[in-house]
Amino acid sequence: MTTMSDLAGGLPAAAGLGLKPDHVREILEMRPAVGFFEVHAENFMGDGGMPHRQLSAIRELYPVSLHGVGLSIGGEDPLDKGHLARLKRLVERYAPAQFSEHLAWSTHEGTYFNDLLPLPYTEQTLARVCDHVDEVQEVLGLRMLLENPSTYVAFSETTLSETEFLAEIAGRTGCGLLLDVNNVHVSCVNQQWSPQDYLADFPMQHVGEIHLGGHAQDTDDLGRPLLIDSHDREVDAQVWALFADVIARHGSLPTLIEWDQALPDLPVLLDEARRAEAILSAHRLSGHRPSGHRLAADQEMRRAG
Amino acid sequence: MRDDHTALGSSRLAGGLLVPVASGDDLARALPAGVVGPEGQPAPRRFSVYRNNVMSSLIEALGSVYPAIRGLLGEDYFKALAAEFIRGHPPRSPVLLDYGAEFAGFLEGFPPLADYPYLADTARLEWAWLKAYHAADVPGLSPACLAGVAADALGELTLRPHPAAAILMSPWPVHEIWQRNRTQDAREALPPPDLSPGDRAVLIRRPELEVEVTDLSPVEARFLTALQAGETLSGALDTVLAHEEGEADIAGLLASLATSSAFCALHRGSAC
Repeated sequence: MTTMSDLAGGLPAAAGLGLKPDHVREILEMRPAVGFFEVHAENFMGDGGMPHRQLSAIRELYPVSLHGVGLSIGGEDPLDKGHLARLKRLVERYAPAQFSEHLAWSTHEGTYFNDLLPLPYTEQTLARVCDHVDEVQEVLGLRMLLENPSTYVAFSETTLSETEFLAEIAGRTGCGLLLDVNNVHVSCVNQQWSPQDYLADFPMQHVGEIHLGGHAQDTDDLGRPLLIDSHDREVDAQVWALFADVIARHGSLPTLIEWDQALPDLPVLLDEARRAEAILSAHRLSGHRPSGHRLAADQEMRRAG
Repeated sequence: MRDDHTALGSSRLAGGLLVPVASGDDLARALPAGVVGPEGQPAPRRFSVYRNNVMSSLIEALGSVYPAIRGLLGEDYFKALAAEFIRGHPPRSPVLLDYGAEFAGFLEGFPPLADYPYLADTARLEWAWLKAYHAADVPGLSPACLAGVAADALGELTLRPHPAAAILMSPWPVHEIWQRNRTQDAREALPPPDLSPGDRAVLIRRPELEVEVTDLSPVEARFLTALQAGETLSGALDTVLAHEEGEADIAGLLASLATSSAFCALHRGSAC
């Protein structure tokens, strides 16, 4: 079977954490055994000062992945050239192991809405998204990953399934995909899809990273559960089960614990990372012959520890 | 509206994201065509998840830039005011650490807050703090460098402002107001400031990684502001002397210049 790790860029197939300013001092003192740290690119677009100092110190000790939230790849506006240039400066400065963005839009006619907004899946939107992904990869000079979204609505004109849409983008542009398993669960509950079918249809050969995060529960117009991708709590039991299933079938992948709101103390995040790591390590040690990359990843873990 | 763009979604959704909604009818009107639930039915409640995410995340972004204004106004008032500001001045860039430049001017022009004239300058202090926090890493002008200038060249000297430094002149005790309202702990620990107007100024600077806010005397503030605006040293001293009744403490002013962290280089081709 195809192993995933050779597609995972420079990130180890281990559990990573989102980097939060409040935790940096403790991380630098403790040097916890975390496979990598991921940062939101937009938080490091100031000229200098503490954020860059902190990220530089972390980058000395751990692999870092860069996760963009503001490119608006799914939008109608042309990509913001100034924003692409800012991203390029970050990529040059920190040489991240990976860069990822979202299948979503956030800017329209120059107004930035600070949310990952949905788009219909049609041949027209597919062509637009592919143009945008091509442009990002060309400007940044790397193979990006595109993340599946959490969605709360559907569009009456949609003609392609989300997994078909993502597979087409990866096939046409050569980009990789970021599989957010919490987003799969959230969207499947909200859209009344089967998560097992969704994952069976997902083009796993392109996946270079996994995200796990917590969600909240609301209700929709008809009083049914509507899940909200809130990143404010532990990963849900059903999401852990889906994750374990993905890893058992496809092997270990770099896996990020996302927790962005109601931020807990670092040990709580480390517990979540250890839980992911237990699932990942079971599939690093059994079944597949470790590739050079995996060995490097294990060394990375030991060094970080 | 062009058909090929309509199909892409963002032009239909964008218009409904920030409009105020007071009732179910309003929400139904804000709901873009073709935005549906799983069975194809219109889904205003589902769409309102996006509306709430957009507004609450932008309020949070503005509140993190203006913690003292948030503290002064209280959570409920701040949220309502921020929503009003956001509708009129939505972000024009995805870099939210730079969002809210117009907030001080907005506060100044907001009639219900006319009885709280110190809010706008407090917001200006918070904005200067933010700019200083993210400013480029540039070493400050060293006293040794200044001391190395020949005596006959001092008068014509001009200085390059440090990217993190700002001087704020205000009749209000904005330094104390800001200190007391940035955190809940400070509100409990510090006494309420005397709000009577006066001739006050603060210097915002970042010599290393920590932003510092310090009081300046009005004379120092006028002197450093003139230098920041590009006046020569003698020109800046003239500006100060024109304001002073008696003798200005020129040695003291030069000392404050050397230790201010308000400048990063001499404006000439020298090594420092």
